[in-house]
Amino acid sequence: MPTLIKGRRVVSDSWVFLADEALVPESGPVYVTLKRWLAERESLSARTAAVGVLLSPADDPENLASDIGRFALIAVEFPAFTDGRGYSTARLLRERYGYQGEMRAVGDVLRDQVFLLARCGFDALALRDDQNVESAIAAFADFSEVYQNAADRPGLFARRLAASAGGAR
Amino acid sequence: MYQYDVIDQRIVDERVRQFRDQTNRFLSGELSEDEFRPLRLQNGLYIQRHAPMLRVAIPYGVLSTRQLRMLAFIARRYDRGFGHFSTRQNIQYNWPKLEDVPDILEHLATVQMHAIQTSGNCVRNVTTDHFAGVAQDEIVDPLVWAELLRQWSTFHPEFAFLPRKFKIAIVGADNDRAATLVHDIGIQAVRSESGEIGFRIIVGGGLGRTPIIGHVVREFLPWRHLLTYLDAILRVYNRYGRRDNKYKARIKILVKERSPAEFREAVEAEWKHLEDGPGTLVAEEVARVEARFVRPAYRELPAIDAAHEHRLRAEPAYGRWVSRNVHAHQQDGYCAVSVSLKQHGLPPGDATAEHMDAVADLADRFSFGEVRVTHEQNLVLPHVELRLLAELWGELKALRLATPNIGLLTNIIACPGGDFCSLANAVSIPVAEAIQARFDDLDYLHDIGELDLNISGCMNSCGHHHVGHIGILGVDKGGEEWYQISIGGRQGSDAALGKVIGPSFARAQVPDVIEQLVHVYLAHRESEVERFVDVVRRLGVEPFKEAVYANAD
Ligand code: SF4
Repeated sequence: MPTLIKGRRVVSDSWVFLADEALVPESGPVYVTLKRWLAERESLSARTAAVGVLLSPADDPENLASDIGRFALIAVEFPAFTDGRGYSTARLLRERYGYQGEMRAVGDVLRDQVFLLARCGFDALALRDDQNVESAIAAFADFSEVYQNAADRPGLFARRLAASAGGAR
Repeated sequence: MYQYDVIDQRIVDERVRQFRDQTNRFLSGELSEDEFRPLRLQNGLYIQRHAPMLRVAIPYGVLSTRQLRMLAFIARRYDRGFGHFSTRQNIQYNWPKLEDVPDILEHLATVQMHAIQTSGNCVRNVTTDHFAGVAQDEIVDPLVWAELLRQWSTFHPEFAFLPRKFKIAIVGADNDRAATLVHDIGIQAVRSESGEIGFRIIVGGGLGRTPIIGHVVREFLPWRHLLTYLDAILRVYNRYGRRDNKYKARIKILVKERSPAEFREAVEAEWKHLEDGPGTLVAEEVARVEARFVRPAYRELPAIDAAHEHRLRAEPAYGRWVSRNVHAHQQDGYCAVSVSLKQHGLPPGDATAEHMDAVADLADRFSFGEVRVTHEQNLVLPHVELRLLAELWGELKALRLATPNIGLLTNIIACPGGDFCSLANAVSIPVAEAIQARFDDLDYLHDIGELDLNISGCMNSCGHHHVGHIGILGVDKGGEEWYQISIGGRQGSDAALGKVIGPSFARAQVPDVIEQLVHVYLAHRESEVERFVDVVRRLGVEPFKEAVYANAD
């Protein structure tokens, strides 16, 4: 089991991933592939327990746009840490489609990408098994400042401007 | 020159700490080679033929003398006393030890330098015109915009793992000295009729194994939108660029496979969402960055210096050097001076620590403490008083840095090639040296006139052979080094790719072949103004081909 970090702490994971052919359990939070979600949207939404979706790198998050409020989890898969598509997926979910639930990076999730993942809107990281957890948590603080605007905060110049406007008032 | 503020400095310092930790984890075995590779590459560190190679960023090619002296110090302390200036306005060290690299970065950080994103599948160091702020044909000074791009690209969280490397160049003059047509994104700063600054955006150019001239996706993008528009292009590329085949992963392939029109539509559709969003630039920010540039305090000088004019006539050697290596300046009484790193007894682009220190001393004396690095692998002293030019010439001659060959055949652009690079099919430096030796007669060289000669050791085209008037490419034939020759390429505003003249040659034949090409040119030119490349354009490759292969039999 990968270690789950959320809010910079290790937390336990109550979510179960359902393979496409697996039976949907009565209770308990489950998440499914985008393909299954699109095929069984009605019955899955009818469940009382929470539902989430797993997006592969090539999945277009726009598919979730109209249902975005229904998900308590969106997991974004990194088959290899060098496949950077998930960063765009995450920013689109947060910044364009207004997703506010848990967004979790799964797969080849390593200490050295933690800072970038957090900036793109991931609030949960399912670390690859062999990763040093303390070191991964420390990685949220690799940099104390950033230039660009992203899902976590506005760009440096926008914050500077806001601060000086606030100071002037 | 841009001066870091406390935040710029802190980010670079934190990078040193981060990379030291990554290096330690690699050395202790906690990070595997596969996991460390992309991390070290994003910090310019290659492991190659003899030793690691470290590529240090010289953002948009501007150096202070303090920085240049630090580069010299590093060459002495951690390398074998020299560095290699690359075609992307960076410097490469070929002999550092892996475990020393964090210390090297720490030294660099003390002079506001780093190796961030000088390699790897991310947005690379942004390049620009080496005559920015100097050239008389300039419409917009690109330096402020280049610095804004540096900040935007530094650790951009969304684009650290692109399908492939990503190179951006920006220019603000009529003459495109930054080769914007052969970059992943080329940016040409322009002014609208009302005087507003904006940018022409070109996407999908590149050299390498599939050389392509870029396509204009935006004729005029108002300056406020520069960063959001780049975000849109990069996002389309990050999501849809090919990741299944590294040879098809550059953005140029995506643009080609989708068609430029369709690609443009995808970018515009993405940008519609980002337009006027939080990434939109504001005038205050542009002014803030502008204010952090320390500009030279020019003196009021007459445009013409009588002693200089007199000397031009009286001393032909001086006149010859001025005609090739001295360039007009926006400011009356000043000029920019190219310091030729070709034909000074070292491979193209190499400089010893002594050269670097000496050039730094000269820049302090003659050029407001500023030096530029060109993509032709030379240095420039950008702001020299005309009345002191002769004195500077004397100093440069004593250092063997005054070869009057800028724009001429011996100003060869060459990649490190097989002597250093593990990807090479063939050596480039010895070929360059052999050609330089063949054309060492200065009268003959000047008579031949402008001729760009570029050499790459393999299809990766680091020596930009496609855009050389003569391009030489190392190829592998049954384990032996052979050279394919093309002619008619050119860089600049009417950039074009050269055409291969025929079967490749053995290394020893190359100087002869170049000489034959030059003979054909001299026999056919209509006047001295008609350059080699103009004759190729007028007559095609046929007469050249005939001469070369007739004699080869
Ligand atoms: S062109 Fe090839 S041989 Fe030359 S530096 Fe680039 S990769 Fe190496």
